[in-house]
Amino acid sequence: MSIIEVTELRKAYAGRTVVDGVSFTVERGEIFGILGTNGAGKTTTVECLQGLRTPDSGVLSVLGLNPARASAELRRRVGTQLQDARLPDKLRVREALELFATFYPHPADIGDLLHRLGLEQHRDTGFGKLSGGLKQRLSIALALVGDPEIAILDELTTGLDPHARRDTWKLVEGVRAAGVTVVLVTHFMDEAQRLCDRVAIFDAGRVIATGTPAELIATTEKSTLDDAFVTLTGRD
Amino acid sequence: MTTFGKLAATEAKLLLRTPVWVAFGVLLPTVVLLGVGFIPGMDQPRDSTGGYRFIDLWVPSLVVIALAMLGLQAIPAAVAGYREQGVLRRLATTPVPPAYLLLAQVLVHAVVALTGTGLMLTAARVAFHVPMPRHPLSFVLTLLLGLVSVFALGLIAASVARTSRGAGGLAMIVFFPIMFLGGVYLPRPLLPQVIREIGAYTPPGTQPLQDAWVGAGVQPLQFVVLAAFALGGTALAVRLFRWE
Repeated sequence: MSIIEVTELRKAYAGRTVVDGVSFTVERGEIFGILGTNGAGKTTTVECLQGLRTPDSGVLSVLGLNPARASAELRRRVGTQLQDARLPDKLRVREALELFATFYPHPADIGDLLHRLGLEQHRDTGFGKLSGGLKQRLSIALALVGDPEIAILDELTTGLDPHARRDTWKLVEGVRAAGVTVVLVTHFMDEAQRLCDRVAIFDAGRVIATGTPAELIATTEKSTLDDAFVTLTGRD
Repeated sequence: MTTFGKLAATEAKLLLRTPVWVAFGVLLPTVVLLGVGFIPGMDQPRDSTGGYRFIDLWVPSLVVIALAMLGLQAIPAAVAGYREQGVLRRLATTPVPPAYLLLAQVLVHAVVALTGTGLMLTAARVAFHVPMPRHPLSFVLTLLLGLVSVFALGLIAASVARTSRGAGGLAMIVFFPIMFLGGVYLPRPLLPQVIREIGAYTPPGTQPLQDAWVGAGVQPLQFVVLAAFALGGTALAVRLFRWE
């Protein structure tokens, strides 16, 4: 059984349909990419997976559980990094990790996390004083502090410089190597091509293609996922 | 450490790193007391105030200032600020119960309010020989119930409002009547009878504070009403609160 199964998910806000019959599956141990332009329904779909929003219709299964009913258990077993979520400016890196560790029954080792994410020298720096890249690293660390089975990473590298992006990609590969299934939400096709085992391409609330990056490139007869994406979404 | 203990300890650290509210909450009641107390005539007994000095009757109102400032301004600003910054959104994806965050806010601000009240009472005694409460147990119980009931109003404002500006505005709607009924603008003995009657039962319980101080003690009904405000208000805030 797949670790995440989504079948015919629908969600509308105030009559405006945002997710319109989305289906896909994520296998244990892979990096799965949810790709699409802004407003394609990616974030809403992910929020339904976490039980933060209740779908209008559709069947969801995450770790064999229904997020709408088992959201408390899923919050313990799924780690999340969100776009636009911040921490108090004066909260220091190590304090944030120590605080979040108390939220979970079997937290990861904080010294080990600081080391893996290269945050050791910044452990006593306040969140407000961290660079964009370091904020994202702390954000990944917080997503991992509960020793999750799934990590959902939403727009992880938006606003980062090319070096910080590449560093972050290595970290994501490290997360998968540690046995965590990764759901990566992004609108960067180079990032998806480099990191993802399989991707689902979202457009206007629907999934218009799924497969490995190589498959999508081959079926569209393009040379990069970026070109394949533009062809698939019909805005060429 | 337990989740709640760690959360409260972290909030306390953050509050101390932004010392404006701490300084306000701890020092303001004392500063106002000293400012008003040294106005000539404030420390003379008057017939119009039942033979008490103005300063004796005004001390409970200063307690109201301390509680209202922290409960109706500092707490809504803190929680709504977290909402605007996306801190609540981040916490929403963790297993931590929302009520923990609210109760941690109440706890750390309560410590500030009680410290400020203690300092002010000490200053009142040293500078103006204001007698200590005649019914200390009733006074402490009233103070605690009054504190929770006012803080609960602040939590409700913070739970309902989407932005810190909205929370501040909502809290202000409660802030002014509380200050008025508490005798901050006009000494309570000068207020009309009906207003005083209402003020006898509304948070934070200025009348029971006064009764515990210089009067005949607190009526059981006043405890019951304050406790109802405290429990009902906190429960309502927890129900209304949403991470997003």
